[in-house]
Amino acid sequence: MKSTLLVGALLTVVTTTSAFAQAIKLADVAELSGGGATVGTNWKNGIDLAIEEINAKGGVLGRKLEVTHADSQSNPGVARAQVQKALDAEPYVLLGPGYSGSVKVTAPLADEAGIAQIMGGEAAELTQAGNKFLFRTSFGQQSSMPKVAKYIHDEMKAKTVAVVWVNNDFGRGGRDVIVKELDRLGSKVVADLSTEAGQADFAADVGKIKAANPDAVFVYLNEEESARILKELKRQGVTAPLMGETTLIGQKVIELAGDAANGARGHVGLTTDAPVDLIKAFREKFSKKYNYVPDHNGLKGYLAVYMVKASTEKMGKVDPKKFADTLHGLTIKAADEPGILMDVTFSDTGDIDRQSFLVEVVEGKQVVKQVLPKVK
Amino acid sequence: MSSLFDLLVAGLATGAIYALVAVGFTLLWQTSQTINFAQGEFVMLPAFLMLAAMHVGAPFWLAIILGILMSMILLGLAFKLLLVDPMMRHGVLPLAIATMALAIGIKEAVKQFFSAEASPFPSIVPTGDISILGHAVSLQSIGVLVVAILAVLGLTTLLNRTSLGHQMQAAAQNPTVARIIGVPVERMILLTFLINAFLVALASLLITPIYLAKFSSGEVLGQAAFIAAIVGGFNQVRGAIAGGLLIGVLDNLAAAYVSTQYRAAVPMIFLIAVILFRPQGLLGRAEERTV
Repeated sequence: MKSTLLVGALLTVVTTTSAFAQAIKLADVAELSGGGATVGTNWKNGIDLAIEEINAKGGVLGRKLEVTHADSQSNPGVARAQVQKALDAEPYVLLGPGYSGSVKVTAPLADEAGIAQIMGGEAAELTQAGNKFLFRTSFGQQSSMPKVAKYIHDEMKAKTVAVVWVNNDFGRGGRDVIVKELDRLGSKVVADLSTEAGQADFAADVGKIKAANPDAVFVYLNEEESARILKELKRQGVTAPLMGETTLIGQKVIELAGDAANGARGHVGLTTDAPVDLIKAFREKFSKKYNYVPDHNGLKGYLAVYMVKASTEKMGKVDPKKFADTLHGLTIKAADEPGILMDVTFSDTGDIDRQSFLVEVVEGKQVVKQVLPKVK
Repeated sequence: MSSLFDLLVAGLATGAIYALVAVGFTLLWQTSQTINFAQGEFVMLPAFLMLAAMHVGAPFWLAIILGILMSMILLGLAFKLLLVDPMMRHGVLPLAIATMALAIGIKEAVKQFFSAEASPFPSIVPTGDISILGHAVSLQSIGVLVVAILAVLGLTTLLNRTSLGHQMQAAAQNPTVARIIGVPVERMILLTFLINAFLVALASLLITPIYLAKFSSGEVLGQAAFIAAIVGGFNQVRGAIAGGLLIGVLDNLAAAYVSTQYRAAVPMIFLIAVILFRPQGLLGRAEERTV
């Protein structure tokens, strides 16, 4: 009797282990609380949605995907500890973080471990450090800022511009590129204002913008701060047109800022309002599952998982060491892999080339005004 | 010049809210020697209570009333009965530490039950401008100032012009003698806790449309109100009002004319100067206390 029990127990252990061995393990470290909670929560939900879909269709090469989520608390120090912990468990691919500052301190860890890291950060410098394992899910600032500067100069015809940015890696990176580009095009930066992450009161900053009386204001802050400054700009009656990036006109910003978001414009690499059928379908699935409309971070998380799928299927095997090599230079077509939503090409540095959009907030809704094509 | 005027108005509006919170701070200290380090979280919570009321279908005006009532029950009555009374016996310091724990508890609970993300909050004042001395001033700033000033006027009238207020002051100044002459000291102390809860709920209603409803928004407010109370004088209501307005204006001017990075440092430096050169606060009176 005893031996039967023992054999039974052993069998259970063996079957469970083999079931686990079959799953492809992904590790996600994201901003699930703190200032970046909007970013991290959307990212996480996007990941979960993609995994659910892929697993429902039989997984990747017949194996299911599994993910563990860890909270970086929007703090680079915590992110580093969480990424180290995640890497110790030897995941197939590391997903996240979303904040550039957190990516900057965690990328060397993934590089050292030889594990590919698919992240949400947009700071220009991230992919310029020679890291062979780092991949973007959206445009880096070096790709998007020149498009923004050109729009401010050519379409808005702004001769003077106020630039307000958040004093972290993300903000500083964007500010450096846009100031250089505006200068090159001949638009003068009349106010160059740094603000703090998590800042609640923007009265003084908006006061300075008002005093500088620019033709256009370029706002480059995180989502919550963007909403606060939009409200303050409206409160103090600043009428100059507002231009930004995804973070100025995202769904969460529109929800938080209400009327004050109307009229704001932004260059957007990814938007759930894009006139693309696959993105519309994604938006519908996401909203149905989570009861809210995702922002671009939801798309990024979703795409990250489909990047894993497409690259693995291209390799024809699950090989963490070869994963990064395969993804470099790879073009994934939406016709072949609908989960990738739009045709995309990855460069040797992990940067992406994809079509993008120029969006304006009209009556609380993102309206795509122009589609900017893929560069190559 | 116009920018200085705008900065002053915006600073006064924020300062008026700090003042409301700081007044509550000093009231609790005067009547029950409670240094409430959860005061910032006390401002954060009512907004979420109002949002919760709206979530179950209450219109905004009803949500405000329910929010204020719930705040008075939770942050006034329950705070006094469940935390202050049992801890008071062990002295001022254990109580202060208990309020720090409460601050963490409230913050984490809001994060858990509502969300870690910010939520929008409707404003009681419509957006728009009116012209004052040729400057466009936002209705929101004016509204905040008016409501805060009315609240403070109401409170000072209550304290100085009514029998109830005199009893409260007596209970604060000398509880033993007050008890002998028949003042219901316990009830008076409870009343100050309820008033504090009302003031923080009001501050919450005014500040949340600007700062957004977020679990962490109490940190900045609690700190600003604490500095305001010390700068103005911890034992004087009028000191807390002056301190609040001063810190609000100082913070805005520092952000505009010093730098955004160091804006938080300027009120701190001012605080150190006050502690060094006028420890009783700008309008406070010197008092000695045996430790």
